[in-house]
Amino acid sequence: MEELLEILKDLHDDVDYETCTTLIDDRILDSFDIVTLVAEVDDKLDVQIPPEELIPENFNSASAIWALIERLDND
Amino acid sequence: MQQRNVLQYLEATVKEVPDKVAYEDADGRAMTFREVFDASRSIGSCLAREGFGHEPVIIFMEKTPMCVATFFGTVYGGCFYVPIDEEMPAMRIDLIIKTLQPRVMICDEKTVKKAQELDFHGRILVYEEISALGEDTGRLDEIRREQIDTDPIYIVFTSGSTGVPKGVVACHRSVIDYIENLSEVLRFDRDTRFGNQSPFYFDACLKELYPTIKFGASTVIVPRQLFMFPLKLVEFLNEKKINTICWVVSALTMISSLGALKKETPKYLKTIAFGSEVFPIKQFNRWRQAVPGARFVNLYGPTEATGMSCWYEADRDFEEGEAIPIGRPFENTRILLLDDEDKLADEGEICIAGTPVTLGYFNAPDKTAEAFVQNPLNRNYPETIYRTGDIARRNENGELVFVSRKDYQIKHMGHRIELGEIEANVATDDLISLCCAVYVREKDRIQLYYTGERDEKELGESLKEHLPRYMLPGRIVKLDTMPLTPNGKIDRKLLSGMAAGSKGER
Repeated sequence: MEELLEILKDLHDDVDYETCTTLIDDRILDSFDIVTLVAEVDDKLDVQIPPEELIPENFNSASAIWALIERLDND
Repeated sequence: MQQRNVLQYLEATVKEVPDKVAYEDADGRAMTFREVFDASRSIGSCLAREGFGHEPVIIFMEKTPMCVATFFGTVYGGCFYVPIDEEMPAMRIDLIIKTLQPRVMICDEKTVKKAQELDFHGRILVYEEISALGEDTGRLDEIRREQIDTDPIYIVFTSGSTGVPKGVVACHRSVIDYIENLSEVLRFDRDTRFGNQSPFYFDACLKELYPTIKFGASTVIVPRQLFMFPLKLVEFLNEKKINTICWVVSALTMISSLGALKKETPKYLKTIAFGSEVFPIKQFNRWRQAVPGARFVNLYGPTEATGMSCWYEADRDFEEGEAIPIGRPFENTRILLLDDEDKLADEGEICIAGTPVTLGYFNAPDKTAEAFVQNPLNRNYPETIYRTGDIARRNENGELVFVSRKDYQIKHMGHRIELGEIEANVATDDLISLCCAVYVREKDRIQLYYTGERDEKELGESLKEHLPRYMLPGRIVKLDTMPLTPNGKIDRKLLSGMAAGSKGER
């Protein structure tokens, strides 16, 4: 989770990722952020997020993104 | 009769396919050509009745079919539309209002509250009311009789290096010329179904909005959020049977780089036009493989020449590192490559001559005089050319290839940005001594360096109120001292190198 938070902080360091659950709904993350995030997660955590997992529900909060990463990692 | 008003497109089409849907969005809002026609004539009549004419009208609405009808309504009223957007920061809207001094703004029920909070003291009209009043045929006819084809129809704002956005004014004549030539190159027809990506406050949306009324085609407004979720986006294209897209390159590469084309093929696409940025070859080739039956066309052009000025059909594979040419000018557009001494050259600044050159910047004579200049090759009579600041060369086939910028203008996520505009906004902070914005191409990121008392986080926060999101630096770095060149100027080269080398750590 720490590594993910670091990646996210790198995108926007003024967001409170511990509490925010509207990263997509409130347009905090944009398409550029998603592309960067997917590349960084692949790079730093060696987890590849497939296109079918790129849906709003998986990206609205840091914990949702982390749950996705863990699920993909265990597959 | 020769066409001299863009609305003649709509008037011809509404007779042929009145009940066909012209514009629709993902939330089920749709308007037929008849509905667009009726609403826009009602709006035009209302503007005239209220005493407006030959002046800018700010359109502050959600991105809906009704917003398009309001654009046309403004033109029916003999005025010109200036779209703004709720995502624009308030400071930028204020600057636009200051430049235009508009007397009237049109909102919808969703935006009217926000409009009332702006520093605007003119009339606010609401779409839901003024679109249903009915038309005043006599008055509309009178406006039409009096109109000439060099009258403006819209203003769109583009980044200005001094910190103030510049409002590009375009007229009927240049838009008609552009739409005719673009349609021929991209082979639009009545069966064309556009998927619109561009915001309405850019000239890029002309490519969909006007051919739709010219041919009786259809435009589907693609929800902004889908551009984050590539598979859903491709599914949407298929669900709506979209066959033609004219998108910024970053929207296309988002789909291919995230692997969506491997899961789902956009099966109706037959025309894929792209522009505003260099297409990374690896991603381009992925697209060609995924949609082999489609035509791929690279477009190039500045807002100041109405839309696009050059085109190139990319009908072969390209090698990594190769650049897709910007090709040749549209008909009735002339491109001059001028070197430092204003002589014709094989490599030089792209200068544009012809009907598509717009009227200039609104209420900014100095800025206009800098870029819209007398053709230096012609000493005999007035001939305006637009100097783009883009450098291009001619390849062995005589095609134009983009080389670089003359200045500090960049393209980021398809948006044209003057780094100077970012710096000018940072410099308004009294606690900042020196600042410099650089662009890191490899990461497609804007990085800001500064010296002064201001905290990095505070600066980032305050910039959000001044600049549109796409202009915000991805990284803000405070320095103890600003590196200077021997001449005492900020050493941009060194900072660019620093930014390219940094992995993100402070």
